[in-house]
Parts: sequence; C-alpha cells; structure tokens
Amino acid sequence: MGSHSSSDRRRFLTSGGALAAFVMGAIRSVRGQTPAPAPYEPQGLLAYGQPSKFASTVVRRTTARPTAITDTALMTPLQDLDGIITPSGLHFLMDHTNGIPDIDPRTHRLMLHGMVDRPLTFTMDEIRRFPSVSRIHFLECNANSRPLRGPNRESVQLIHGRTSCSEWTGVLLSVLLKECGVQSKATWVIAEGGETNKYTMSIPLAKALDDTIVAYAQNGEPIRPHQGFPLRLIAPGWEAIRAVKWLNRIHVVDKPYATWHEAGNNADTAADGKGLWYRFELGPKAVITRPSGGMRVPGPGFHEITGLAWTGGTLVRRVDVSTDGGKTYQEAQLQQPVLRHAHTRFRFPWKWNGEECVIQARCTDDRGEVQPTIEEAARIFNTTVDYFYQADHFNGIQPWRVARDGSVTNAIAGA
Amino acid sequence: MRSRELRLIGTAVILACVPWVVHAQTFGFGRPPTPEEIKGVFPSAAPDGTGLPPGRGTAKDGAAVYAQKCAACHGPNGTGTALHRGLIPLGNAKPVKLEESLVPYATTVWDFINRAMPWTTPGTLTPDEAYAVTAYVLYLNKIVGEADVLDATTLPKVRMPHRDNFIPAQPGWTPGERRRLGNYPARQ
Repeated sequence: MGSHSSSDRRRFLTSGGALAAFVMGAIRSVRGQTPAPAPYEPQGLLAYGQPSKFASTVVRRTTARPTAITDTALMTPLQDLDGIITPSGLHFLMDHTNGIPDIDPRTHRLMLHGMVDRPLTFTMDEIRRFPSVSRIHFLECNANSRPLRGPNRESVQLIHGRTSCSEWTGVLLSVLLKECGVQSKATWVIAEGGETNKYTMSIPLAKALDDTIVAYAQNGEPIRPHQGFPLRLIAPGWEAIRAVKWLNRIHVVDKPYATWHEAGNNADTAADGKGLWYRFELGPKAVITRPSGGMRVPGPGFHEITGLAWTGGTLVRRVDVSTDGGKTYQEAQLQQPVLRHAHTRFRFPWKWNGEECVIQARCTDDRGEVQPTIEEAARIFNTTVDYFYQADHFNGIQPWRVARDGSVTNAIAGA
Repeated sequence: MRSRELRLIGTAVILACVPWVVHAQTFGFGRPPTPEEIKGVFPSAAPDGTGLPPGRGTAKDGAAVYAQKCAACHGPNGTGTALHRGLIPLGNAKPVKLEESLVPYATTVWDFINRAMPWTTPGTLTPDEAYAVTAYVLYLNKIVGEADVLDATTLPKVRMPHRDNFIPAQPGWTPGERRRLGNYPARQ
C-alpha cells in the first residue's frame, strides 16, 4: 500500500506538472508569446511512397544507349504488371525533344485560335474549372510490336512495351472548341507542344470534337513531366504520336499540315513502296505477357496464361488462346469491365504437360476485326513476313515457344 | 398504371438531372489572346504555303549556315555522324527503302527545321537562315538547284519526288470509321 501510494503520488505530481505545463503553454501561445510547434510533415518515402527494394527490377528498359540528341525510347515492363493500369512511373516514353521540360503550371497557357469565332487563352486554373471527365485509355506507339526488337528478340517488354494504360482526367477538347465557336469551314486542328522543339500534329476536327481529351491528370495525380505536365492531348484508340505532350496551342484550320512527325519521321512505306501517313487508328492486338520470352515455366502442371488485349476499334470483344501454335484456340476470360480504348486483361487456365509447345493469343474487336498471324498479314498485304520487321502499326499475333526445359522464346517467323 | 407512373417519375428525374450547361452557350472562362500573343505564335507552314513568313535563301547561302549549325550532328554534306542520321534521302522510308526522299512537301522540311533545329537551340534560325538551310538540304537531295531562291512563294511549289506517291490522307474521317490499313477481313 505504502509503495503504491508513493508511486501514485509521483504519478499525480508528474501528470499535474504536465497539466500545468500544458495550461501555461496554451496561455502563452494564446498570448502569442511563443510560436506553436510546426506541424509534422512526412518526408521522403513517407511523403510519396515508392516500391519495395525487392521489386527494383520492375522498371522501364530500352534497346539502345541514348546520346545527347537521340530520341528517348523506354518500354513498359508488361511481363511484371497485373491488371490493366500502368503505374505512371512505368508508362512508356518515346520522345522527340531535347530534354524533358518541367513547365510551371502558373505560367502555362493553352491558346485556341484560327478558324474560330472567339480565340481564347486559358490558364490551368481555368481549364480545371470546365466540366471534367476521367477515362481509362491506352496509348500505343505506332512503332510498337516490331517482332524482332531487342538483342535477344525475346522480351515482351522490348517488343511490345510501347503501350501503356492510364486513367486520364481532363476536359474534352470539344468543350474548349465549343467555347471558341468553331467556324463551319474548319476541318482539322493542329496541336502544338510547349517544349523547346515544339512538336506539332494534325488531327481531324471530327476526332477533336468526338472523344479527344485535354488531360491534366494521370492515374489520379497531376500528369508527370515525362508524360506532358501540365497538359497533354489524348486521342483515344489512335497512334500515340497524336497525343501531343506539354500542349499549349490548338490551331483550328481547314487542312492537315503534313508536319514532320506525321509526314516525315513517321511516314512509312507500304509493300508496293507507296507512302503511308495519317493512319490514326490502331488495330486489334492481344499479347501473352506471362509466360513470355525470357521467362522459364517452372515445370509441368497448372499455370495461368495471362496478357493484355486492346484495339483502336473501340472494345475488345474476345481473346482466344492457343497452346498448340494456332491449330486450335479456346476463349480466354476477360477481366471486367471491358472498357473502350483501354487495355483488357485476359486470363486462361493452362495445364502444361511438359512437352514443347507454342502459346499465342488472338484478339477480336467489336467490329469483327481479327488479329492476323504474321503470315496471314503478309498474305493480306501481298508481301513477305520480313516486311513487318520494320513496319509501323503491326498487330500480328505473338507466338511464344515453351521448350521442354520450360524456357520461353520468341517463336515468330524469322526470330 | 403503375408502370406509367414510374415512367412519369423517371422522366421528371431525368429532366431534373439535365445539367444547366446544356442550356448555356459558353462558360465564359479564358480571355481573348492579345494581338501581340497571336502575332507571337510560332509559325507553322501548311503544304500550300499558308503561314510561311517573309524571308529568302538559296542553297549557296545555306551551306555556310549548315556548316556552322548543322554539320556537327548531320555530318558534312548531310552524310550523317555517329550522333545522328544523314539527310540523304530525307525522311524515314521503311520497310521498303526508297532512293529518293519520301517526305511529301518542302514545307514539311522547312517547318521542322524552323521549329526544331538546331536540336539544342531550336527556334533560333532567322527567317533567311531557315529558308537557306532548307534550300541547302533540298539541294543535297538534288531537289532544287544551288541558286534557286526559296521563299514563301517558291517553297510550296518545290516538287518533292514522292509528292503523289502517298495513299491519301483521310480528311473525311468520321467517328467510327474503320482504319484504312490493317482492316483485316473478319473470320467466320
């Protein structure tokens, strides 16, 4: 009892002292004699989280060492990702600019002018006042899926990793164009970026008025500098060269301008040597991301085959998977909901018997367009398979060979 | 009766939810750009020459500008270096290689040089320099003569070798229209 009362008294004294200090502190602070302690600000990884050090291999990769003046080309690690959203830091990059600008949004402006009744300039705050939309869309480079890309021609990342999928938030370009009053003779818009090299692109007015987004957020946060901070275009389902980053000008005109990045750098040749340009919409494509080239299937038994499908033709209707090199196909399960112009995750249960086989996936979109094999594509275009080794907009089926030791390699013709 | 009532209620709810913006002409955000801002817009050239600024230059003038501002990356006489590709032919013709430049318009060449070159100090060429360097690059490709004067009138008239060799653009594109290429027939 005695020892108890002694400790009780101590406790009372301590807490009483603390209470007195608290009261005195409150009085002092009310009088403004001493400043309140600074609020706690989390620092570093507590302020903005980062992946585990054990996930450090989940990174973008490239095929070439960049020099001071070459373009940046970094591919998304599709084989390491799940679901349909690409983390913003893993979104692919393909830039044609000297350095990545980090533009102060307080000084950034978007000007719309040309064939409009009311040319207008908007601040970022004004753009954010317009009714907003959030939509999940893929962006795919027109040069994605070169069948033999990469030193070993085997990784889904280096061959197909120029596609990524994000939730983009912004204002529809149609809303801004209506604000300006587009004149009846206008047929195209020229979008210009605010980086030093001022990338430009022609976009048909019909697309600009349809579903094109002037986006300021990606996956819920401000778009990152590499992706066009503070403002970029998203032209859903179209080759990503149209998705102008660091957007600062929309020029409403009555003709395409045949800019370098649509009529020079990204002009291609058809099998008969004719020039190809203004191709816009991407074809249906499905690719197995696991197991894929460079991986090893650990042994016979159950494995889930999974991958991504997408199409510029709006919705993925079905994905079929073959485990016998395309002789027979079975329908895969599509992750719901299937979204317009978005990556669609497919899954297929597979029991491997340990024998060598070729696995591949085939996409059919809601217009009935079916992804061809490289041999079928060659027949359709009256050319040979090697034409597609350098062709843009190639959407042929990707076969992966699983050897008896479980190793997976690229099984496309010529690999 | 009951379903009719529900329909009426449903209609009323839908009408109540129609946002006011449907009726609004505009939001009234933004401000008109000043004449100076419009004038300060970086020039863009259309294939017919719309947007080209005053100025002039020949390949002969351009050779000196090229040697000073372009050769470090593109090599002497456009032959390329380890840093960057050459300029003969112009463009990126693949998979089917072409002997001559695929680029369809001289304005495409001028516009890119003017806005994006020199790579590390873009936008610094004077109008005369931009015309002159364009003339020199076209001269290296045997498209114009060494003394041909390029300006806002003559540049759009330069005949590029593959000018008419493109599958036409799709100015009449409408939402939902299928792609011209890769439009594979559906299988049964």
